[in-house]
Amino acid sequence: MAATENGADQPLLVADGLAKSYGRLAACRDISFSLYPGEVLAIVGESGSGKSTLLQMLSAQLAPTSGRVSYRMRDGVLRDLACLGEAERRFLFRTDWGYVHQDPAQGLRMAVSAGANVGERLMAVGWNNYGRIRDTASSWLQRVEIDVERIDDAPRTYSGGMRQRLQIARNLVTEPRLVFMDEPTGGLDVSVQARLLDLMRSLVNELGLAAVVVTHDLAVARLLSHRVMVMKQGRVIETGLTDQVLDDPREPYTQLLVSSILPP
Amino acid sequence: MTVMIEIEKAEKSFTMHLQGGVKLPVVRGVSFQVNSGECVVLSGPSGAGKSSILKMIFGNYRCDGGQIGVRHQGAILDVAKAEPRTVLNARRDTIGYVSQFLRAVPRVPALDVVAEPLLAAGVSREQAREQAGRLLRRLNIPERLWALPPSTFSGGEQQRVNIARGFISKLPVLLLDEPTASLDAANRAVVVDLIDAKKRAGVAMLAIVHDDEIRHAIADRIVDVTTFAATA
Repeated sequence: MAATENGADQPLLVADGLAKSYGRLAACRDISFSLYPGEVLAIVGESGSGKSTLLQMLSAQLAPTSGRVSYRMRDGVLRDLACLGEAERRFLFRTDWGYVHQDPAQGLRMAVSAGANVGERLMAVGWNNYGRIRDTASSWLQRVEIDVERIDDAPRTYSGGMRQRLQIARNLVTEPRLVFMDEPTGGLDVSVQARLLDLMRSLVNELGLAAVVVTHDLAVARLLSHRVMVMKQGRVIETGLTDQVLDDPREPYTQLLVSSILPP
Repeated sequence: MTVMIEIEKAEKSFTMHLQGGVKLPVVRGVSFQVNSGECVVLSGPSGAGKSSILKMIFGNYRCDGGQIGVRHQGAILDVAKAEPRTVLNARRDTIGYVSQFLRAVPRVPALDVVAEPLLAAGVSREQAREQAGRLLRRLNIPERLWALPPSTFSGGEQQRVNIARGFISKLPVLLLDEPTASLDAANRAVVVDLIDAKKRAGVAMLAIVHDDEIRHAIADRIVDVTTFAATA
């Protein structure tokens, strides 16, 4: 249910003065926000706005030049990601976090079976009963609307939409509390996108997941997120409730983005 | 009788940066209250800012000044200054909004579109669907349509799905933006009945209706929005 009713009034992820520079180029500047349990935050902006760099810093794949990212571990303590030990990092990457790449080939092992792709995350956290792993994998394939008959096929035989749904199943099987998504519907046909968005929306609701979704597509932000941050040239220029920012944009750049959507 | 909506000197304008930064004043000095169990109707011509006022109360539009008080969990919450997550909580537990148009989610069946607010409030799926079905039947949506996504429905059918979704929950504050605009007489009468039932349940309602007959049937008080006209 609602974050506040879980006694989860404390943020799950906190970014504090985050910045990243490459030489003289500032990819991200002075970014601070808090993400609460069950909350979906969309980061929107065009290519080169720094949104992917930000996502990489938030998910501990890239060290910030200054500032820090903290995450509330399952013991309730907020910890600086830069100071985590190897075991803790592994726990985050393998269990408590998910990361959905735009290109499923980056998030999947394309040559092993779909069942093994999902089961692998379970084995990494110590599951060793083959029957249970296979049962869990097939129930997840069903949840992401993949025919269980295809469990032994490798994802390279799957369509783009199926691959993306498999990647989502692989990420969610360990019941993470936080999922990062980088343009999760990019490169898919419009009809396939709608199906995927609807699926992600219901899974996020059912599981009470927190998520950070990077997208250049405002329709994705509207459908999936509670809150949105608009980025331009490495800065957050506008932030707020998603429908408020999209229906009543204040900044010139946000007004341009919103007015550039083709009517349906 | 409890004050549920309390607006004090609220104001709103739009700055259109893509049109050379032209500033469009909408309303200024908006001040009124809505009590529990009453329906207040906003009157004024199109463009007077009626919808903007509803949207500011729902937190969908920003408010440039003043206060937008809504009684939420026993205290007055200023929606104009609240954090996004507080506004979301208020929408889940306190403020409902029935817009003119349904923003349909692809692939979700009409029955689930209607049941969703109850699910979010913690009601079981079975119960939520049963109540959703009852409302859809009352609003004359044939049962064969319930399993279909409303994006394929006619305008009037979509609006009735939207009304069912808005009226299903037990929220104490309800904002109605032309809920009867594209309905026939029989369905307009159903909506009037639904609004009456909400009044008896103590719900505070703020509505926009252009139809004189409906306004006469539902309004306990009228607030004239032209008195809040903002001139540049």
